[in-house]
Amino acid sequence: MGSASRIRVLDAASIDRSLTRIAHEILERNKGGSAIGLVGVQTRGVPLARRLAARLGAIEGQAPPVGVLDINLYRDDLSRIADHPILRRTEIPYDLEDAVVILVDDVLFTGRTVRAALDALMDLGRPRQIQLAVLIDRGHRELPVRADFVGKNLPTAPTERVDVRLAETDGEDEVVIVKSEHGGDAREETRA
Amino acid sequence: MKLSSPHLLGIEPLSPGEITLILDTAEGFSDLATREIKKVPTLRGKTVVNFFVEPSTRTRSSFELAEKRLSADSLNFSTSTSSLVKGETLLDTLRNLEAMSPDFIVLRHSEAGAPHFLARYGSTSIVNAGDGAHEHPTQALLDAFTIRRRKGRLAGLRVAIVGDILHSRVARSNVHLLTKMGAEVVLCGPPTLLPRGLAGLGARVTHRMDEAVEGADVVMMLRIQRERMKGGFFPTLREYATFYGLDAARLSRAASDAIVMHPGPINRGVEIMGDVADGEASVILEQVRSGVAVRMAVLYLLAGGDREAASQER
Repeated sequence: MGSASRIRVLDAASIDRSLTRIAHEILERNKGGSAIGLVGVQTRGVPLARRLAARLGAIEGQAPPVGVLDINLYRDDLSRIADHPILRRTEIPYDLEDAVVILVDDVLFTGRTVRAALDALMDLGRPRQIQLAVLIDRGHRELPVRADFVGKNLPTAPTERVDVRLAETDGEDEVVIVKSEHGGDAREETRA
Repeated sequence: MKLSSPHLLGIEPLSPGEITLILDTAEGFSDLATREIKKVPTLRGKTVVNFFVEPSTRTRSSFELAEKRLSADSLNFSTSTSSLVKGETLLDTLRNLEAMSPDFIVLRHSEAGAPHFLARYGSTSIVNAGDGAHEHPTQALLDAFTIRRRKGRLAGLRVAIVGDILHSRVARSNVHLLTKMGAEVVLCGPPTLLPRGLAGLGARVTHRMDEAVEGADVVMMLRIQRERMKGGFFPTLREYATFYGLDAARLSRAASDAIVMHPGPINRGVEIMGDVADGEASVILEQVRSGVAVRMAVLYLLAGGDREAASQER
């Protein structure tokens, strides 16, 4: 990291507006939010899912339940990396059977995390539908995955890194693009 | 975070950070048993050889279940089926096993140091499932996991370990682990079953059970290993039970919220009375449950790829 260049692309206010818009889009698409449940992908998808749920509650009067999903056991690169990410808890406090699940993550990149999340969800139950909401879509997909709700489309170079920082996990709200010094391909670095 | 060695040979070489990593990771596996699909694809395509040269039912089945829940393929070798009885050396057996290219060998052996030998001469990840009277690292880890879940911490707790310390690899691994993590350990047993050297590991030693149990947060009872009792270490089982058996009266000397542990199998009426083993303070069956989660965590953490590869960010 060191003195790598750092460009802020979203501040707290614009993250806030994006989430409000996504909340409205979710309700529009699902004709009200009565049957939906949210699932945040560990780590930063979780606070995002909680914020979305609060917003949905503010609009519709009742906040949908929020689950937490750790996808590490479903990753496709575990045998390639020695430094395994810390495994966190998976906790879905509602019945996935026939639910409409909105999967929430911070950044959509290669699509491998989403693939893992889909497999993990299927092992936990059989939702009627799964939709995907992300704060940032930065392109460079390696799998045929598309988000249903996007906060911001961010064109990036594969060598750049997108850091979503949230008050709950990092002390403040912002999204920054970090140009990596050694110029390595970020797809090899980030968690899929 | 990762473990610094591709093997789990004992608790002694682990750092407190590595112990915490294993326990934290096990938390992530602990609710798997409550799900409808009790299986994750994490170790798909990996092969584990469970090589048990000494009889064991619970440790072996616990490892086997952990392997199956991680989707690994497992293969069991035990004494009766192994060629060791036909005169093959351990090194030759190792070479034969490795010719089948397993990713892990889980070894239970009656000789201390056997897993270290395999680790030195082989190229497969070795997990020590108990070597002689030396170490039984996964048992100590599952004990620590159980204690941490009940007490929220390890540091500062008072733990009494009572019984046949001399023959117990469980005690040895637990002393290493608990003292590393800042707990206070008291070892107790008859002089014939309490080796002198253990005090050097940072544990206190006493021959009086009442003293050991006094104020303890955790009372860990060890099994009297009748199969190793040829030497006349104490006169009779009844006398042993009188001096070192855990009954309700003795337990009442411990902290009011103390938990009672036992690595199993228990000898009712010898080292532990039935009402205590089945009582509210007993977490014996929770230990068995924790065992699967902890062993999954160990295999998951050891299954990493190239350890030499540059460590990656994020």
